[in-house]
Amino acid sequence: MQVFNSSSRFGVVSILLHWLVAVAVFTLFGLGLWMVDLNYYHEWYKTGPDIHRSVGILLFGVMIFRVLWRVVNRGPCPLPGQAKWEVRIAHGVHGVLYLLLFVAFVSGYLITTADGSSIHVFDWFTVPSVTGQVKGLEEVAGDIHYWTTWAIVVLAGLHAAAAFKHHLIDRDDTLRRMVGR
Amino acid sequence: MKKLLLASAVSMTMIGSVHADGHGGTYAFDDEGAHQFVTFKISHLGFSWLYGRFNEFDGQFVYDEENPENSSVSVTIDTSSVDSNHAERDKHLRSEDFLYVDDFPEASFQSTRVELGDDGEADIVGDLTLRGVTKEVTLDAKMLGHGEDPWGGYRMGFEAQTELALKDFGIPMDLGKASETVEVIISVEGIRQ
Repeated sequence: MQVFNSSSRFGVVSILLHWLVAVAVFTLFGLGLWMVDLNYYHEWYKTGPDIHRSVGILLFGVMIFRVLWRVVNRGPCPLPGQAKWEVRIAHGVHGVLYLLLFVAFVSGYLITTADGSSIHVFDWFTVPSVTGQVKGLEEVAGDIHYWTTWAIVVLAGLHAAAAFKHHLIDRDDTLRRMVGR
Repeated sequence: MKKLLLASAVSMTMIGSVHADGHGGTYAFDDEGAHQFVTFKISHLGFSWLYGRFNEFDGQFVYDEENPENSSVSVTIDTSSVDSNHAERDKHLRSEDFLYVDDFPEASFQSTRVELGDDGEADIVGDLTLRGVTKEVTLDAKMLGHGEDPWGGYRMGFEAQTELALKDFGIPMDLGKASETVEVIISVEGIRQ
């Protein structure tokens, strides 16, 4: 399997990044939705948010690398037989997903750091607050985080549905290409 | 002319002192100078006290010097101003699990009667509205002092406290056996109007 993308195939780095982010995003979303309604005495009451914050920060790093990788190593050309509008919408959705992911990272980070405190990424390293204490910031950031993450999973669902449409109805290589075929 | 000025200055002083002789009247909380606090404490797991406060609230009291039992007090609190020195916890306190500030942005207390005790102490009975529930509560109050301040005003201060059961006000979050009630302490200084 090739490392870099070519004009007809995705390289292994892009493929791994895609699936890693996909799994992480849906896990973070589920964990986030579940952990905020936990009973105070549940053993995950503290652990859930700790993991959510840590994975979120790490995923932010992964996404920065992914964007850089994409800039220096463009993906394969659209498959023959795909309409121009189809390609344009697909690319549009990819762009919006990337953008929303970064909005989600920043807003999530701001909820925790709104009182000036740091985020501890597992027992590994600490990310300090950049804003210091800002009254009420956690509320605004919280609303933004809630709605952008919902938008992400809905759009990602659409993106997945479109991939299956290509695979099952159009019977083209869109989905196969994403697993390295 | 000089005499006239002097005379008016004297009469002004006299009016001021006549006014200050008694200490009855309407007092507004010193919101601007922030000599007022609504704090609360609740047990954390039975191991320690968690303290928090409401930063935005206002109120006034009327002190009846002749019949102190006819005195009254009213307080309005902006519930979204809750502050426990931890952004994530404050966000949780504002949510539906606790104060539900989107639907109930305001809490209030309006006294209905005052029962005098000894030593400047009194039970202030009144209606507390919190999270949309109105219940009669009794504030255990004490007058701390009163008198002229150094800047030409007249001030009077009280501290009052009461204990509330979270369940009584429809707060659904279960914090455990040790944390079913919260103690609320209101400490205010009023400036006579």
